[in-house]
Amino acid sequence: MAAVKTPRQKVANQLAIAAVIVIAIIFLAPIYWIGSTAFKPRALATTVPPTVLFQPEVTPFVKLFTRRVQLNRPVEPGAYEAAPWWEKRIYDGGERVLRVGEDVQLSGYPDRFLNSLIIAVTSTLLAVSMGTLTAYGFSRFRVAGEQDWLFFILSTRMLPPVVVAIPMFLMYRVVGMTDTHIGLIILYTAFNLSFSVWLMKGFIDEIPKEYEEAALVDGYTRMQAFFKIVLPEAATGIAATAVFCFITAWNEYAFALMMTNRRAQTAPPFIPAQVGSGLTDWTTIAAGTFLFLLPVAIFTFLLRNHLLRGMSFGAIRK
Amino acid sequence: MTHIELRGVQKFFGEVQVIKDMNLVIEDNEFIVMLGPSGCGKTTTLRAVAGLETIDEGDILIDGKVVQHLKAADRDIAFVFQSFSLYPHMTVYENIAFPLRATRQSKAEVDRAVRQVADVLRIAPLLKRRPSALSGGDMQRVAIGRALVRSPKALLMDEPIGALDAKLREEMRTEIKRLHMKQGSTTIYVTHDQVEAMALADRIVIMNDGVLQQVGTPDDVYTHPANLFVAQFVGSPVMNVAEAHVAETASEARVVMPGAAEGFVFPRTLLGRLEAGGAKGDGLALGIRPEGVLVERERREGYLPVEAHIIEPLGSHDIIDLKVGTQMLRARTKAGFVPRPGEKVWVRIDPAQAHFFDAESGRSFGVRL
Ligand SMILES: Nc1ncnc2c1ncn2[C@@H]1O[C@H](COP(=O)(O)OP(=O)(O)OP(=O)(O)O)[C@@H](O)[C@H]1O
Ligand SMILES: [Mg+2]
Repeated sequence: MAAVKTPRQKVANQLAIAAVIVIAIIFLAPIYWIGSTAFKPRALATTVPPTVLFQPEVTPFVKLFTRRVQLNRPVEPGAYEAAPWWEKRIYDGGERVLRVGEDVQLSGYPDRFLNSLIIAVTSTLLAVSMGTLTAYGFSRFRVAGEQDWLFFILSTRMLPPVVVAIPMFLMYRVVGMTDTHIGLIILYTAFNLSFSVWLMKGFIDEIPKEYEEAALVDGYTRMQAFFKIVLPEAATGIAATAVFCFITAWNEYAFALMMTNRRAQTAPPFIPAQVGSGLTDWTTIAAGTFLFLLPVAIFTFLLRNHLLRGMSFGAIRK
Repeated sequence: MTHIELRGVQKFFGEVQVIKDMNLVIEDNEFIVMLGPSGCGKTTTLRAVAGLETIDEGDILIDGKVVQHLKAADRDIAFVFQSFSLYPHMTVYENIAFPLRATRQSKAEVDRAVRQVADVLRIAPLLKRRPSALSGGDMQRVAIGRALVRSPKALLMDEPIGALDAKLREEMRTEIKRLHMKQGSTTIYVTHDQVEAMALADRIVIMNDGVLQQVGTPDDVYTHPANLFVAQFVGSPVMNVAEAHVAETASEARVVMPGAAEGFVFPRTLLGRLEAGGAKGDGLALGIRPEGVLVERERREGYLPVEAHIIEPLGSHDIIDLKVGTQMLRARTKAGFVPRPGEKVWVRIDPAQAHFFDAESGRSFGVRL
């Protein structure tokens, strides 16, 4: 049936669209702010009111990736002319790039970013896979004291993590796991595991056990049934859980700040530490933040179909 | 060639006994229907045979081999769930092929088997679809296809068409019957719909409360119900059951219902037959199906005058509630035979259709005149 709308419905529709636009603007404003600052000339970064129209430049990103020092005398014109375009931008800012021989020295950002990726991805994989297996066990088998176990698992989330930060730090120092990748991976996996178990249990409970039973009767082992039937059916839940775990690990700041300082430091404690030489260089910080936002955005975007699809697309009659 | 046997099977869920000493022999190619009210243990029995549920006592034998310790995967039995349980992430083709992928068959063999089953079930055009794009009837065909594709030793079906609407159920009933006649595999089919049971079964197994009540052909359980439960569970409308006692006159026996001035006329042989069946005189229950209550508009020899209480017109016929003494008897008449409630009519009970039960235990005395 074609939808014929009454004038009233039309007005309601337009109001709804207007409301959505307003809400979208409110939510996107900080992201726009970060994004625009990342491309601003330094002088325009802190103007009041904020500058909206400007000539975008990539200087903040050049600064973000290079190690620099302040110039103590003006650069020689010959050297300035010979420099590549990006180095000129740095000279323009009254700084020069540090080199070892001919090689440009990179800033700490790429390493920190890589650390963040390694730690967040690994801990997400661990938390989701362990959580899925645990949830499957709780969902499908009789576990003695099931309710108590589940409550115990949840209770690990009840204490604000910062409360245990100092003891954790001391323990980590004793076993030599401060400033190691594995240290943060274990920490973040432990953070996320309880959440992962609970979320996955909800999703797996939704999958009728007849699906596996059909596979069992049809000649498959429990393990095969799990991989061939349960995992594909739980894909939606796994995707959602993974996104949440990844965001938590990716954005974690307090423990990363305390537990790491160089080798295994992640991006969140690093970015604000890059105040630059002289006054705080907000454009470089914005550039670092802007790049830092991308992985979560991309990850979520890639999984959007799974996240949006309801669980009840199956052909089960209840 | 598959032959299934249950010997003294018992099953507990915690303290609750769900199957009580079940003994049953199912012959090769037989179509067995398990019939019983909700919660009587049909599904549990079926799952125990399939290996999805353990048993606490007794043996389950398939082809003479004890199997209760075998995993479901090793019993070579197919199961159709009430919920169909088609895998949503696979196409119809993949769903049907799934059981074959557990075996070491080549791609070409699998393909041939899937297409053959699809042809038999008339779902060939649907093979590329996802289950979510199927109608209820088609889902059910696919579920049966998935069960049949690897030619299992036996096919177990748990209310496979219970979720369909009435019209489709009737259609699928015929389909399942056709399929069984064509494929001929040992089948156990669970339902709580007695019409379905009568239509499909070679033999019906009637259960109540975990106890096997009667096993027999549809005709058997209909005409010779072993007890009151079976008598009232099978047949629609439900069989009338009324307390009664038998009085004797010089030439005949009279079956008198409480509060009634006169009794229904029965041949004198009834007395001897009842005694032979073990009846003690009192505590007798008369069972008579509505079609065995004969109704006339005018006075006739051997008929008792009664009043019509409620008339339910059902199109092809009417069901009339008649007050006899303090009890009600339901009779089946031609449509419009008795025009109004309150009308006086004449009734008789057809002795050939009467059943007699022990009112206490429900056991039938096995008396058929
Ligand atoms: N896993 C279980 N744990 C405890 N009790 C159970 C379990 N499964 C079934 N029961 C109980 O066992 C009894 C028999 O159940 P079953 O499912 O076999 O009945 P059914 O005859 O198939 O009924 P229906 O027609 O409703 O499907 C019921 O009382 C049910 O509550
Ligand atoms: Mg059932």
